[in-house]
Amino acid sequence: MALHKGRGFACINYPIGMNLGGDPSQALVHSTPDGKFMVSLSAIDLGQGMKSVTRQIAAETLGVPVADVYVDTADSDTGPHDMGSFASRGTHRVGNAVIRAAAEARAAMMEAAADELEVNPADLDTDGEGNIHVKGAPGRSITVADTAIAAQFKQGKTLSGRGIFLIPTSDVDADTGEMTPVSCFAHAAVVVDLEVDDETGEVTVSQVNSAYEVGRALNPKMVEQQLIGGAWMGISHALYETTEPYYPDRSHGPDDYNSYLMPGAGDVVPHNIAVLERPAEDAPFGGKGPGEMCANPLLPAVANAIYNAVGVRCDMLPITPEKVLRGIQANGGAQPKGTF
Amino acid sequence: MAKTPVRFTLNGSETALFVDGGANLLDTLRRGVGDLSPKYGCGQGTCGTCTVLIDGEPHLSCLTLAETVEGRSIETTGGLSNGADLHPLQRVFMENFGAQCGYCTPGMLMAAKALLAKNPNPSREEVVEAISGNICRCTGYEPIIDAILATAGQMRGRVA
Ligand code: FES
Ligand code: FES
Repeated sequence: MALHKGRGFACINYPIGMNLGGDPSQALVHSTPDGKFMVSLSAIDLGQGMKSVTRQIAAETLGVPVADVYVDTADSDTGPHDMGSFASRGTHRVGNAVIRAAAEARAAMMEAAADELEVNPADLDTDGEGNIHVKGAPGRSITVADTAIAAQFKQGKTLSGRGIFLIPTSDVDADTGEMTPVSCFAHAAVVVDLEVDDETGEVTVSQVNSAYEVGRALNPKMVEQQLIGGAWMGISHALYETTEPYYPDRSHGPDDYNSYLMPGAGDVVPHNIAVLERPAEDAPFGGKGPGEMCANPLLPAVANAIYNAVGVRCDMLPITPEKVLRGIQANGGAQPKGTF
Repeated sequence: MAKTPVRFTLNGSETALFVDGGANLLDTLRRGVGDLSPKYGCGQGTCGTCTVLIDGEPHLSCLTLAETVEGRSIETTGGLSNGADLHPLQRVFMENFGAQCGYCTPGMLMAAKALLAKNPNPSREEVVEAISGNICRCTGYEPIIDAILATAGQMRGRVA
């Protein structure tokens, strides 16, 4: 028996969102009487950070502190329509809708403040700390809270905004067949190092090195967290997870966590990540979002590394020890493809 | 069906209620007492999110008969913080981004609390061992392991 080292590489261009045109997200923003802002959405935060990122985006656009922005989401009874959280679309689609809604609310806020200060709204700016002042004259200012109170109780105005983001449908050019179905792409490259035991067929991943280009990382810590968790999930899909493990008869398959194989805390693989930031033009503050792409490239990279280690090309997932052993047997033994 | 009286302390408070024969502790805490902090994941002892401490030891509350905790002390995530004052584990989990969806977090926190009570200076392997019965779908475990190790360091610093 021998352990064979292998290295596999994969890269990915990942289209952000459902790219056939349409794919709308809506956002509503309004101020409370005390000058805080509520962002109403229907987009779901499953833990990927949707609420944190839309909160940052709204605060940045409004020009108010992040602590003064609240995000209310996930109830389609009370929030404006959204297509949902899938296809890595959240940051891009919902973020863009939030920018539009927050920009409209900011314009209303600046008008209300201008009325109070008796100046032109164009001469006003925010300091990001809860104040609105005359440009070049920080002394002439009003707080966002006082502006909201004046708007609501004196001027009879709401500080609110509506936003929608919609991808225009791209028709196929009759002559060339050309179309532009996508908005923007995120990119990644992954290198997986692993070992294959040619007696048991067992695969042990030893290291992952990756580079992800996600536009601007709007919340770098959350981006990193999602990349680490997603890569783990990718390895899990590549090597372990299936509801149809060995037997042709479905009734022998796993139907609970006892028999459904997933790696645990003891199977964590060292993962070095480089996040490259190339802000996308049509993305909110340049952020495209990691999304599904954080798991996908791990699967081909693992398959390639196994081929590199023992010369077995598996095209069915997960790559279980049984499949590796059958492949080695069919080839008449392990056939390492050389080192890098 | 005949009900059985059970008394225990829950996060330091005397608690008494009647339970159905065969009722498990998870259901009893969630529906009987209204402590929703331990979560229901699998109901069969394989995910760990229902982990609570019974006399300081981690137990899967979905597999624990409620009647067996008579006179014992139960701790859940609901009792970790003191008002707005978070337990160091909770704070460091936040700082280390040790949760995404958060569904595994109550079980992770209780498993970690039991570990640190017994072993204030755990190795990485000991942390892994302590949470080996807890499944996390989102984080890839790394941030959770780091958070527990960081908490141990901070708590030692505070005691010293
Ligand atoms: S609910 Fe108890 S272990 Fe899953
Ligand atoms: S954070 Fe989602 S299961 Fe652990």
